[in-house]
Amino acid sequence: MSELAQLRSTSDKTAAVSLRGATLRYGERTLWSGLDLDIAAGEFIAVLGPNGSGKTSLLRVLLGLQRLSAGTVEVAGAAPGRRTRGIGYIPQQHALGDSVAVRGRDLVGLGLDGHRWGIGVSGIRRRRKRVDEALTAVGAQAYANAPVGRLSGGEQQRLRVAQALVSDPEVLLCDEPLLSLDLASQQTVSTLIDERRRTADTAVLFVTHEINPVLPLVDRVLYLVDGRFRVGTPNEVMTAETLSALYRTTIDVVRVRGQIHVVGAHSAVCEEAPHHPHEEAG
Amino acid sequence: MGKIFDFDLTADLLGFAFVQHALLAAAILGLLAGVLGPLIVSRNMAFAVHGTSELSFTGGAAALLLGVGVENGALAGAVVAALILGLLSRRSSEHDSVIGAVLAFGLGVGVLLLWFYPGRASNKFGLLVGQIVTVDFASIALLGGCAVAVLAVLAVIYRPLLFASVDPEVARARGVPTMLLSVLFAVLVGVATALGVRTVGALLVLALLITPAAAACRVTASPLRATVLAVVFAESAAVGGVILSLAPGAPVSAFVTAISFAIYLVCWTISLVRGRATRVAAPA
Repeated sequence: MSELAQLRSTSDKTAAVSLRGATLRYGERTLWSGLDLDIAAGEFIAVLGPNGSGKTSLLRVLLGLQRLSAGTVEVAGAAPGRRTRGIGYIPQQHALGDSVAVRGRDLVGLGLDGHRWGIGVSGIRRRRKRVDEALTAVGAQAYANAPVGRLSGGEQQRLRVAQALVSDPEVLLCDEPLLSLDLASQQTVSTLIDERRRTADTAVLFVTHEINPVLPLVDRVLYLVDGRFRVGTPNEVMTAETLSALYRTTIDVVRVRGQIHVVGAHSAVCEEAPHHPHEEAG
Repeated sequence: MGKIFDFDLTADLLGFAFVQHALLAAAILGLLAGVLGPLIVSRNMAFAVHGTSELSFTGGAAALLLGVGVENGALAGAVVAALILGLLSRRSSEHDSVIGAVLAFGLGVGVLLLWFYPGRASNKFGLLVGQIVTVDFASIALLGGCAVAVLAVLAVIYRPLLFASVDPEVARARGVPTMLLSVLFAVLVGVATALGVRTVGALLVLALLITPAAAACRVTASPLRATVLAVVFAESAAVGGVILSLAPGAPVSAFVTAISFAIYLVCWTISLVRGRATRVAAPA
């Protein structure tokens, strides 16, 4: 209890996300346990690990969609799900339906006040201004009035960034936001996220199974494997020694032209590897 | 054919109270359908609406047999159906098969119930193709009351519902109760469907709830403009259909569906031409 009290005290104010002894179990299976993690304002953390290691479940915990089995969690100074306004969320790119009658600016606007009851007629001018600013920040003005169903994956994902940032979040949670994007769009989207945390001190938790597109931006890495985990800078975690200990098998880490390639547990690291063709092409 | 568009007869008939009641009912229904339509289309609920209307027919048939008033039966049937469909199909991949299974069973039960009914065949037929001319003041009161209730609830849940319809994953992440909204909206659609069953019939509810909104979504992507257009289209089809059906004394549904389909074709052509124009203008 004293730990909890400490967490709620003002001395801990700088931690945008704080996990203490966090444990998540599904029946007999433990995804991770005893996870202690503080993410400071403006910090960029990548969450890595093979499929099924609980990366997305961690995001669901932080969003308040999944309860911890044990331990405590605080996001943007409150219990998850309480202050959703302080949290931005960018999902995987998946095609938004063609039947959906919304424009890019409507999608971004929903990020601002879509969770509130009512029709939303009050404060319409202020809303428009903020949506315009968010659209400008990601360079999406040109297609702001086009139906979202007709936009490319990269364009939709830029709108996603604007949608997540329009509410000025303290914490930005990203779930594989670069998946199925081409290299140029991957670069654009990760740069936009990086700029944001530098200018507005937004803490970024970035779930990905491929570190290379964000490697130059990442401050720390949380690597999850079979209930074990390791937190540290990319240089500390992305080593043959650390990853071999995590995977409990021999892993080699190869650094080629500023990229990191994990060899050995390759099938486990990237089971679904839709981006590999891009990687080889680049 | 000349008899179909006899304007003098139409003008005469417009003076009758029962015709005015029918027009009022059509106008209320058009407004409701136009407002709900774009959300139904965005949520890919066309088949769910169809299923709800068929089950509303089952409810109506049961009420006919029990002698408790077709409107009440249709309303109860549609709301129960909406609740079942909303609760059973949490995953969208299961959605269509759940509706298919429930719909077929419900329709079968309805047919059986009608077979038991000893009364006039036109009452039975009316449940399928509508009987707007039998709308009386009590029906109008029920229709109006239901419409006000549906619109009031919709005004409260509109924004999160739009969020959940367009972008369910992010909406859930932002704390929108998507499951609750989905069931609530299914009930609203159920009520509107039941009201439609009474006037245009179970088979043709889609012509008012889906077609005008689908047409509107073809020509605009703005939710506000789509709603306004859908209301205009649905009103044209509903009120226009009633007026055109007067002189020949033909079933209202034939004209309602014809008008709404014509509007759909026009919007579809506009979107096709526009699509070609933007492709030429922007080769990138």
